[in-house]
Amino acid sequence: MTPSSPDALVPADRDGDNEIAVALSGITKRFPGVVANDDISLQFRRGEVHALLGENGAGKSTLMSILSGMQRPDSGRIEVAGRTVAIGSPAAALRLGIGTVYQHVLLVPSLTVIENLMLGAPWWRRCDRKATLARFDELRDLLSTKLEPDAPVGRLSLGEQQQVEIMRALWHGEFVVILDEPTSMLTPQGVEELGTVIRRLRDHGVAIVFITHKLKEAYDLADRISVLRLGKVVGSLAPDDLRRRSEKEVIDAVIAMIFGRAQEDAGLKDTLLGSAHKAGERAALAKDLPPRLVVEGASTLASRGECPLTGASLEIRPGEVLGIAGVDGNGQKHLAEALAGQRQLSAGRIELDGDSIQDLDVIARRAKGVRYITDERLDEGTAAHHSLAVNLVIKEIGKDPFWQQGITKWGKILGHAREKIESHDIRTPSARTAIGKLSGGNIQKALLAREWSPDATLVIFNKPTYGLDLQNTLRARAWIRGGAGAPGAAIVVISNELDELLDVSHRIAVMNGGRIVGTVEVKPGAEVEIGRLMTGADSAPAGGDEAGQQTR
Amino acid sequence: MEALFTETFIAAFIFGAVTAGIPLLLAGLGEQVSEKAGVLNIGLEGMMLVGAYVGFVVAYLADSFFLGFLAGGLAGLATALIMVLLCVYWSMNQIVVGIAITLGAEGLTALHHHFQFARSYPRLPKAETLAIPGLSELPYVGEALFHRNGLVYLAIALAFGLLWVFRRSQFGLNLQAAGDKPAALDAAGVSVKGTRSAAVLITGFLAGTGGAYMSTVGAGLFLPFMTGGAGFIAIVLAMLARGHPLWVLFGAFLFGASLALTTALQVAGINIPTDVIQMLPFAMVILVLIVFARHSYLPPALGLPYHRGER
Amino acid sequence: MTGRQLQSLLGGLARVLLPVALALIAGAVLLLLLGKDPLAYYGYVIKRGLLSPTGLQASITRTIPLLTIAAGLIVAFRAGLWNLGVDGQFLLAAVCVAALAPALVTVMPVLPAILICFVVAFAVGALWSLIPALLKARHGINEIISTLMMSFLGVSLANVLIKIPFNDPTTTVPQTATLPVEDRLLRLGDTTIPCGILIALAAVLLVHVMMERTSLGMKLQIVGANPRAARHAGLNLQRLTVVAFALSAGLAGLAGALDVLGVHGTIRADWNPAYGILVIPLVFLARFNGYAVIAFVFFFAVLMIGGESAARRLGVPNFFVLVLVALLMIFFAVTEYLDQRRRSRLGV
Repeated sequence: MTPSSPDALVPADRDGDNEIAVALSGITKRFPGVVANDDISLQFRRGEVHALLGENGAGKSTLMSILSGMQRPDSGRIEVAGRTVAIGSPAAALRLGIGTVYQHVLLVPSLTVIENLMLGAPWWRRCDRKATLARFDELRDLLSTKLEPDAPVGRLSLGEQQQVEIMRALWHGEFVVILDEPTSMLTPQGVEELGTVIRRLRDHGVAIVFITHKLKEAYDLADRISVLRLGKVVGSLAPDDLRRRSEKEVIDAVIAMIFGRAQEDAGLKDTLLGSAHKAGERAALAKDLPPRLVVEGASTLASRGECPLTGASLEIRPGEVLGIAGVDGNGQKHLAEALAGQRQLSAGRIELDGDSIQDLDVIARRAKGVRYITDERLDEGTAAHHSLAVNLVIKEIGKDPFWQQGITKWGKILGHAREKIESHDIRTPSARTAIGKLSGGNIQKALLAREWSPDATLVIFNKPTYGLDLQNTLRARAWIRGGAGAPGAAIVVISNELDELLDVSHRIAVMNGGRIVGTVEVKPGAEVEIGRLMTGADSAPAGGDEAGQQTR
Repeated sequence: MEALFTETFIAAFIFGAVTAGIPLLLAGLGEQVSEKAGVLNIGLEGMMLVGAYVGFVVAYLADSFFLGFLAGGLAGLATALIMVLLCVYWSMNQIVVGIAITLGAEGLTALHHHFQFARSYPRLPKAETLAIPGLSELPYVGEALFHRNGLVYLAIALAFGLLWVFRRSQFGLNLQAAGDKPAALDAAGVSVKGTRSAAVLITGFLAGTGGAYMSTVGAGLFLPFMTGGAGFIAIVLAMLARGHPLWVLFGAFLFGASLALTTALQVAGINIPTDVIQMLPFAMVILVLIVFARHSYLPPALGLPYHRGER
Repeated sequence: MTGRQLQSLLGGLARVLLPVALALIAGAVLLLLLGKDPLAYYGYVIKRGLLSPTGLQASITRTIPLLTIAAGLIVAFRAGLWNLGVDGQFLLAAVCVAALAPALVTVMPVLPAILICFVVAFAVGALWSLIPALLKARHGINEIISTLMMSFLGVSLANVLIKIPFNDPTTTVPQTATLPVEDRLLRLGDTTIPCGILIALAAVLLVHVMMERTSLGMKLQIVGANPRAARHAGLNLQRLTVVAFALSAGLAGLAGALDVLGVHGTIRADWNPAYGILVIPLVFLARFNGYAVIAFVFFFAVLMIGGESAARRLGVPNFFVLVLVALLMIFFAVTEYLDQRRRSRLGV
């Protein structure tokens, strides 16, 4: 993507408005306790890239799921090619020519590319490979990709899997394609390639709906931008508007739409733009102290579908924040688990403050000051049906003062919970509320509260702001940037959002295929270097070798 | 010891192995279809039992083995409907419902049998057989393998048939997707619930037919609880077969052989207590589980109900 | 009590009693279809099982093994483990104790003999769960199948033991040597209820307290709630799985000892009361709460005793109880489902 080239901004001949493919009027959708979509009216036109911009929680996913047939609106009207329709199921959406490319790829890993594309044909038929291949070839030319039809999907890279999804979205007629946060799983090069594909499709006459929370992306790719906030459309920028204004003017306009006034908060702007460089605001590092954390040649065993570590090495100095960049599925999860003690090394060593810790288990490492905030908040980080109070002490079961001689001291546990609720501003009806009922942001606050310790020696953050709204995202990043409340600790931040890492880290290590392929100091120009290092990652399979091995 | 290697013994042994193996084969193939689609069907034993009873009664009253098989299959299918409604559509715990179905089937069949037949204990005549010309004259295996009731041949053909279905049909693709990643199937526009329902109903039909074979052909009568754990053995077979129907075929006859050992040994005049022999199949299962512990594979979405759009 | 508390109490009661009522009604319909009078049946069951002094004592006595097994199931289910092997564990331990006790009482006083038998029974039960426990802990093998197989195996093995090594040569029917009445568990006062009832009650209450108020209980709860979170929290899943199985199966074994030493004094071949499977839905209905379990198990014991009597007098065979149990489970699952739907609709 070359934003400085004017061609990227000016859509190919557009005089007057294009034909409307899908029109939404007054769409409203409620969930218990929240109005996800509030009286939304939008039009999506053929041959136009229409970006829906908004932070997490703004209602974009709900709108998308209504268009793709996964949900039905409570009220409002949907018109497709001028006809009022009800999109009752994904099958109905596909029949109407509306295809969706989901953020988390929805393909069957144990089937091949062509088999995944065959899904959806009437169930009583035998597989019609010839006809499917014919259409596959057509679309392959349109998209100009190099996909092989008989490759097991589980072995493709995330970028390639996304291409398969785009094919599926176009399968029944190239009418409307919805892309839900498509760049979150791509390398910078992959993002560029995606941009090329999108422009090709647009010029072909497809109506493209592009959902994102990154203003820069929307600006680079879209002909039209609509901004959502708290379930409502708070403003739109039409194609001529976008063409006329400069990048800065667009940013200001969007911010004005979101907050109703001009905002001088640079942090907000930068986060919205997805381009934050705070080289000046990080704590200065003492350059001559020995490293706190040393990892050398760490390898783990492959497990189903996950990429193992294959000789990863890194070093972190006291007080330093090391970002781990890389597309999902390059060993990041194994790295986090290996550091935390959840996963044993099959080779290599880990040293903390000079002591070898690779044979210590989770509890023993915690005693040495290791803290791990997992990315899977509900699936791994908490027991969703247990209370907030219990979850706050879940890593201390059996220990003083919460347990004495094996007996549970509920008074102490509840008291501890009340303290944490206060100090970390966790919004919850009570300390006894089941933690699964709290919002994502509050669950994350609880996890941070649980793991916080001023004496921590190593803190591991895995996707710390995933799914959080703007406020909580900013708060979390500021916290990490400031040292996570543990002066002198070594901090690891794993994320697939490069701008986030650039925001909080001193240095960034790039992971590819289970090893660290390079480390970059965060300063102007770092992005380019990191992109170059990640480029090799484009051809690495998304999962480990175990993926897609079950034969039918 | 020489008694073990006479033709009589071996023929009786293989004959018994096939007799005991066919219900396991049918139920095992059925369970495999369910498991592929992501449904763990613990109620298999109950479905077999219902099929055994209804199949027996219909075969007795209508004087037709074919109708007995059909009725048994339909009875199993009807029982599976409960699973479809409660587990696939209402997403209730598959294990609780499965146990309930088994207990209920045990109780209902025993109850009804008590009131209808406990005094008379009717027996069926020997089932018709179909001889495959030429092959049925082979020594040792001729009678045992090639001079059997038609359902035997059908069941074996079914194993190969399912192989084709799993690999080359749209339905097979749908099954695979439903068990591996149901959200992907939904996104492709295919009903996950519909696919799973079909799978469970097929399982019920096959299990019921297997049960009917057990009572009508295998024993010639019905006794309460007569399936004696065969349904659970079939579940193990399906789990260990890793999605390959031919492994179910192999395993069914292996376990059938251990079940048939009692009668065969009696024929040979060797006297080992029945209870020790009865331990054999279950001991074998445990042994197989221990030896092949690392190799059993279950679809990722097994046992998990599918909710569209769930976080 | 505030209005809201009252409402939630009534709601809780409804969730518990509704499945029972529905099951009884469905059972009544079944009885009608079989040509029997449901009111007469249920009335007879209550009369014989609860209201008559001998019946009541028999019901309380029947509660002993049921409750002890239920205690074991609470441990297993709360730890997320399906210990469906309780019948095999029960029978095998019972048979071992039935053989051991008569031999022991000839060489030592009754009390230590009985205590040793308890320990042996617990150990036999726990050992019988070791294979499924390890298969699950080390290889993730589904324990439903492995425990069921061990159960079938255990029942057959128990029979072999009765018929061959432990057989009492002095009786015509194959059974173990009979423990003399004076050496069995003491009765309470001048009832026919063995003091084993106290042990059974203690077992359930201790399990309840352990789960709610100890660190081991909390660990097991977390393992049952979310094994991944347990691993994240640094809990040793393998060890906890084996421990939970051992406790659960040990209690099932203890139930066998209590039954033999307190009631029968001997085990006949081909005897398998299958208490375990019958108790499973009760534990679910009680939502794993110790006090509720006691209530449900007692109600069920009344049903069993009354039902056995009714089988003889009214010609309704005991298979009917199996059907009632199945109906209970189904209606329980349905009520839970409808309750969940109601809650999510209200956004609770």
